[in-house]
Amino acid sequence: MAMGALLIETIGLSKDYVMGGETVHALRDVSLSVGKGEFVAIMGPSGSGKSTFMNLLGCLDSPTRGQLFIGGEEVSRLSSNRLAAVRNRKLGFVFQQFNLLARTSALDNVQVPLIYAGMSTAERKDKALKRLDEVGLSGRLDHHPSQLSGGQQQRVAIARALVNDPEIILADEPTGALDSKTGEEIMALFQTLNASGMTIILVTHEQNIADYAKRTLTFHDGEVISDTASSDRIKAAQ
Amino acid sequence: MNIFASFKVALIALRTNALRSVLTMLGIIIGVGAVITMVSMGSGAERQVSERLQSLGSNLLMVSPGASRQGGRRLGGGSGMELKEGDATAIARTIPGIVLVAPEVRGAAQAVLGNINWSTSIIGVSPDYLLARDWEIEAGRFVEEGDIRTAAKVAVIGATVREELFGESLAVGQTVRINKVPVQIVGVLKAKGQSAFGSDQDDTIMLPLSTAKKRILGQSKAAPDAVQLITVKVQQGVNMNAVMEDIATLLRVRHRIANGAIDTFSIRNLQEMQEAGQEATQIFAILLAAIASVSLLVGGIGIMNIMLVSVTERTREIGLRMALGAKQRDILFQFLVEAVTLCLIGGLIGITIGTGGAILVSNLAGWPTLIRVDMAMAAFAISGLIGVFFGFYPARKAAKLNPIDALRFE
Repeated sequence: MAMGALLIETIGLSKDYVMGGETVHALRDVSLSVGKGEFVAIMGPSGSGKSTFMNLLGCLDSPTRGQLFIGGEEVSRLSSNRLAAVRNRKLGFVFQQFNLLARTSALDNVQVPLIYAGMSTAERKDKALKRLDEVGLSGRLDHHPSQLSGGQQQRVAIARALVNDPEIILADEPTGALDSKTGEEIMALFQTLNASGMTIILVTHEQNIADYAKRTLTFHDGEVISDTASSDRIKAAQ
Repeated sequence: MNIFASFKVALIALRTNALRSVLTMLGIIIGVGAVITMVSMGSGAERQVSERLQSLGSNLLMVSPGASRQGGRRLGGGSGMELKEGDATAIARTIPGIVLVAPEVRGAAQAVLGNINWSTSIIGVSPDYLLARDWEIEAGRFVEEGDIRTAAKVAVIGATVREELFGESLAVGQTVRINKVPVQIVGVLKAKGQSAFGSDQDDTIMLPLSTAKKRILGQSKAAPDAVQLITVKVQQGVNMNAVMEDIATLLRVRHRIANGAIDTFSIRNLQEMQEAGQEATQIFAILLAAIASVSLLVGGIGIMNIMLVSVTERTREIGLRMALGAKQRDILFQFLVEAVTLCLIGGLIGITIGTGGAILVSNLAGWPTLIRVDMAMAAFAISGLIGVFFGFYPARKAAKLNPIDALRFE
């Protein structure tokens, strides 16, 4: 299944929550791997554990049991400060609600991860300009989020995710707040990025969005119940 | 993130909520403003009291008669007639470490010039009085030995009396009727202002001791050479208490007071009075500063309140920043810098308003104020500390947020 070198590996990854005295097994013994350059869609109904899995992949949470390796480094036992550094260097996040800083220009929004990377002002601006150009927004540098359309805001968010040259883009329902045409444009952008070698993992509950990916993982009750390549599914449909 | 970037981010955050920022600062502005104004007033009062006490003269001992008895009743202090001119001479002759001794009598009189009428106080003095009480001559001369011997009808007037009787015209050489006795003005004293007790020291006429007693105030037949006060100026560096003790011993012998009996005189150390007065105004100044500090504390609590609201309101932003790689200390620092920036700007505005308030008080109410640069700088530093102190808890709360919960926060 892996296309290139191993990038993500999970071994028996589990997460339990205690809620009202009852233990909820949000994720049970998930073992899988993702290679460099893959484009993976994660599907499943709510409560299936896909969000928990994404949070663990995003280094926003620590597993109860099991191990998680990103680029060969075990991240499942790191301190919160080390996790912050991993998020900053290796991961790029794209959210459903874009999560841009209000009353802050597109250019400044894209620079935020670089501020925490400790980069100089000139270098920051340089990199941000390059990424905004890549997503087709060089003409909107000084616009604030409220002056941009949903699609444009999501492009700014993608530029922000890319700006510190991450190894993986994690997108959580990136088209959920967009109309279908804009959603298609955003997915096309993801495909272009993937074609140039970027590893992308995206959570969605829409089949037509998942179809843009090359591989689909389906979660149910905290377990992966299917792991299919899109080509297989298309063949099956035929 | 370096410190300048932090301040820039903080300023942007404060500007986006300008009205709320100003309202939050108001507590600090009022607090710092109050401290500055109050301390200026306190320092002004302190300086004024110390200047007035200084104007009495330094290193002075005041010897006055004690309470007298009349048919078993004790009358008030100073009513006795026991203190004599001879006592003053004896002190000057026998006690070591003394610069000069100046006996005096006091009374009130009516001064008349043409159709102008002025009630004022009369002091019968010796030539040494000028030096003893640190007076200076503005024009003419002071009372001299010859005036005392001949009970000359001459007088030296204070600035207020000169102003009231003569206005702009020349006083020296003119004749004024004091209690119907014509007296020639030979000198005018330099203005001294109010005494430590609030009376006008310049509203006075000084006459030779003998003239005052024989011609103006009228002499007591029982004690023709009684005086009401003897001022003793002690040499610099000499132990005042030792001199007091010496004078007391001398006077007990002269007045034939038995061991253990009540003294017929009292000796006060002016230095002690000065210190007491200064202490009183210092307590006053500290009290004012303490009251003002309470409003500063309230301002700090206001900062904490708003910072807590701000943290809650910006939970998603905090979550996002964490997802993008902000460490706990980055978030802590961001909110701390915001609180400190709020307080420092508030402090600057407060210092400006407080200084303006102090100037206003001294101009409108005529109260003395003293604006102290060191206090302004301390107030600025304290505002910064308030920002750190009251900003720390909200900032820590922000830094301790769980990134997932913060990102999902609605």
